[in-house]
Amino acid sequence: MSEINKFEKNMENLEKIVAELEKGDLNLEESVAKFEEGMNLSKQCSKMLEDAEKRITILLKEGEEDFSVE
Amino acid sequence: MNYQDLAITVTQLNNYIKEKIANDEFLKEIFIKGEISNFKHHYTGHLYFTLKDENCLVKCIMFKTYAQKLKFEPKDGAKVIIYGNVSVFERDGVYQIYAKIMEEDGIGSLYKEYEELKLKLEQEGLFKVEHKQKIPKLPKIVGVLTSQTGSVIRDIINVGTRRDPKVRIRLYPVPVQGEGAAIKIAEGIRYMNTNKLADVLIIARGGGSIEDLWPFNEEIVAREIYNSQIPIISAVGHETDFTIADFVADLRAPTPSAGAELAIPDREEIKQNINITKNRLKVALNKKIEMEKLRYQKCMASSIFKDPTRLFQDEYYRLDKNIKDLEKYIKNKKQEKESRFIEIIAKLDTLSPLKTLTRGYSLVEKSGKIIKNKKELKKDDIIDIRFSDGKQKVKVI
Repeated sequence: MSEINKFEKNMENLEKIVAELEKGDLNLEESVAKFEEGMNLSKQCSKMLEDAEKRITILLKEGEEDFSVE
Repeated sequence: MNYQDLAITVTQLNNYIKEKIANDEFLKEIFIKGEISNFKHHYTGHLYFTLKDENCLVKCIMFKTYAQKLKFEPKDGAKVIIYGNVSVFERDGVYQIYAKIMEEDGIGSLYKEYEELKLKLEQEGLFKVEHKQKIPKLPKIVGVLTSQTGSVIRDIINVGTRRDPKVRIRLYPVPVQGEGAAIKIAEGIRYMNTNKLADVLIIARGGGSIEDLWPFNEEIVAREIYNSQIPIISAVGHETDFTIADFVADLRAPTPSAGAELAIPDREEIKQNINITKNRLKVALNKKIEMEKLRYQKCMASSIFKDPTRLFQDEYYRLDKNIKDLEKYIKNKKQEKESRFIEIIAKLDTLSPLKTLTRGYSLVEKSGKIIKNKKELKKDDIIDIRFSDGKQKVKVI
């Protein structure tokens, strides 16, 4: 999976899993497996979001510094 | 003959002459040239003046409707060509010219030349938009072709350095009017190009008559502008003057100051624009993150994650129900057996002799066998008598 849209792929999978579990048609083993996968995905997504936010904060701070037009 | 009968009035005479002149084909439409004198701009808007040459003069009038369309300010001494008709002003008994169009004399040929060259170059494609170069956004060096003296270069320097204190303005001095000016201007453009002396060129001149601006209408200048690798801004004359140079140049500025504004960007403005763009970037990025966060939170707010046991509730319920059913079954079975047991015991109880014994009856047994008749016993038999509280061995006498 390309790093560029990993978040998007993860989010899409997570949303799919949530929808499936909410529907409740799966058997127990499947449900547990999906739930586990969902938890993993949610951890990854959450981390990616945090990382993105941190990077933005840093970039914004750097951007605050004055510049001159050459 | 009576002279009195023959005599006409002055009015009749003037009327007659007026009629004569009005019917003359030649006088209906004339072009006449001369010099203006005794010029009066009447408050009604009409123009009154005399047109003269070395020997003669004639009165002229131009009504307001026509005077409004004049492209120049007539004044005493101006050489003009007038188009109009001749008519008689009866009251004063004078004929005069009623001017409809008036142009400065000598200009006509220049206009013709201008129009011809314009058409020729246009057909050749020198004015084509596709050929026009982009004016650089932040030129380091701005070349200016104009007169070394005069207000034009000062204006350009003032405007330019105010907008961008770091810009370098490189003047290539050229005469901007008169014989030979066009050649010098063309040379200047070529020189700046061969030596790559500027990022953008301004060709500038203040306002003036068409003759004054003429160098900028010459083919040699037009071609040099067209061939220039350096983008050129033409800033010649006033807003209303259009020279050939204006049409060929990559950009036309209405005045020299405007030319400086077009060539040299305002540094502060650029800074502001960068800041605005930066802010937009920030806002856009933050918005994106917020959106993804919401999306994520929406997922996580699902009951699946808030209360995962819900996933197994049904299974638990099923399990519980099975256990309960099982218990119930077992209980039922037990109860069934218990009640049967009690029933049997009760039955057993009623049949038991022991109860009878407690009421004072006794049971006789011999060798474990119950004796029901006297005949079964004989003398010296050892028998057991069973009381309610136990047995007693007895000997039969």
